[in-house]
Amino acid sequence: MKIAIASGKGGTGKTTVACNFSKFLQQRFHDNSFKGVALIDLDVEEPNSSIFIAPKAERIEKIFKKIPEWKEENCTFCNKCVASCRFNALAMLPSLIMRFPELCHSCFVCEAVCPHQAIKMMPYEIGKISTSSEDNFLFIESKLNIGEVAAPALIKQSKDYVEKEVPSNYWKIFDCPPGTSCSMIEAVKSADMVLLVTESTPFGLNDLQLAVKTLRLLKLPFAVIINKYDSSYPELDKYLEKENIPVFGRIPIRQEIAIAYSAGNLINEVYPEINKIWENSYSRIKEMRNERDCNTIR
Amino acid sequence: MKEIVILSGKGGSGKTSLATSFAALGKEKILLADYDVDAADMHILLEAKHYKEEKFYSGFEAVINQEKCIQCGNCKILCQFDAIEEKDNRFYINPIDCEGCGYCEMVCPEKAIKMKDAEVGNFYVSNTRFKNVLFHAKLNIGADNSGKLVSYVKKQAKKYAEEEKIDYLLSDGPPGVGCPAISSVTGANYVVIVTETSLSGFSDMKRLHELVNNFKIPCGCIINKADLNLKVKEEILEYLEKNDISLLGEIPYNKSFPESIRQLKTVNEYDKNMAVLIKNIWEKIYKTNL
Repeated sequence: MKIAIASGKGGTGKTTVACNFSKFLQQRFHDNSFKGVALIDLDVEEPNSSIFIAPKAERIEKIFKKIPEWKEENCTFCNKCVASCRFNALAMLPSLIMRFPELCHSCFVCEAVCPHQAIKMMPYEIGKISTSSEDNFLFIESKLNIGEVAAPALIKQSKDYVEKEVPSNYWKIFDCPPGTSCSMIEAVKSADMVLLVTESTPFGLNDLQLAVKTLRLLKLPFAVIINKYDSSYPELDKYLEKENIPVFGRIPIRQEIAIAYSAGNLINEVYPEINKIWENSYSRIKEMRNERDCNTIR
Repeated sequence: MKEIVILSGKGGSGKTSLATSFAALGKEKILLADYDVDAADMHILLEAKHYKEEKFYSGFEAVINQEKCIQCGNCKILCQFDAIEEKDNRFYINPIDCEGCGYCEMVCPEKAIKMKDAEVGNFYVSNTRFKNVLFHAKLNIGADNSGKLVSYVKKQAKKYAEEEKIDYLLSDGPPGVGCPAISSVTGANYVVIVTETSLSGFSDMKRLHELVNNFKIPCGCIINKADLNLKVKEEILEYLEKNDISLLGEIPYNKSFPESIRQLKTVNEYDKNMAVLIKNIWEKIYKTNL
């Protein structure tokens, strides 16, 4: 089971939900349906889950994208590579083919058009993946290098890494980037379901609506958790009801939760009532999965 | 003309609440821009009504002419983005995954694939209820090029500021340190970093500062939720001093931020005590950028 935690708006509590729900699930590993939990932080621009999970990274791998390397000795300055690049990542100077790695999308067109093998795609570091483990729990963090823009490429490779490294009978929780642009889409698109974390304000609602549109376009099932809940924002309630969106729980706004969060502590311990929300989410997700499996068989 | 960009790294640290409060103070003397193009919220509180709307195109998107396609599958094999789907022996481009590189067009033996301009989003110019002019945009769902859309909003806003002789452009930035954040910082004169006294807030702020530092742009810092975790606050203050970042002000943890949004008011309209704090911060930013 792959569950993506996303939001639209930043700062709604994706990381809080991802970390605390993962830790709740870890206690359920004896459940027949899975043997362990993997928490994967795909918020590659600002990954924060490690603050709460406090792992000792056992393994760090560099992640690369491919960018063109120029071989001067083969080049005839025919300009085909420059002309074919739709991202302006190459420019021809009198004695040099200049490359702009941050603009390169790694599409391989320049290498393909070069008639003299003067362009070869070579690895260029964009970020790092670190992995740590404890009993029935894996933590994987993906972090983008500062100044680098290839967040979607890093997210894609991180997901490939997860497919390879995490046992298939583990539940996988993905902490995703905010927004609805390419990074968020790359992070959520291969999930079985998405948990959207929102807050009870007009900003929360506006950005939730954008996220819902995105997930519907991707045909992904989803449910909502409302965080920092103090009082109802009727427009949000109306919207959720009208659109028939399931709400798995409301996490109250409480100073003890904010303080625990600020110090990098899990909420499950300081506010045990939250476990009811995880319990409910867990059983609802299992229901959704069973329905899906039935539909697939049909 | 000077551009002041509000950023935070971490989402939800209070960027938009502060930006809209500054908008209420500056009125028509400041021009506004919202660079959070995939989840823009500034226009909501400011009740922005647009008087100009344009479609924004950037990059390309492949289209397959089914009549010419001979189902050879070359395009699908070579696409680096898995953007070509095969269904019932026909090939389709998934516009969400297509990055518009043109490899498929190049390898198609029947010239069945053409590249068309990709519509990335909508661009708006609006009037706010505080008499500011706001430049903002809405990225299409799943569109690439959010950084290019940010750059376009910025370019148009700066042009307007020069023409109308407005001295300050105040921009509300996106979270993160990636593509749209980099476009937001590019060409700015001053960055206001909004952080909070949590380990996450501090970690995100350090990554943001590393980015801003690459651009050698001066910055100041607002510590939001300043009394939440005094230990983290000490660490933030130490970091500011060590890195020569001026402290613009501290805002205590309070519920006026969400409550004011729910009432569609700016924080300084809603809470008189906050108004005093925010006014002091705004004056500091203003004086720093005279």
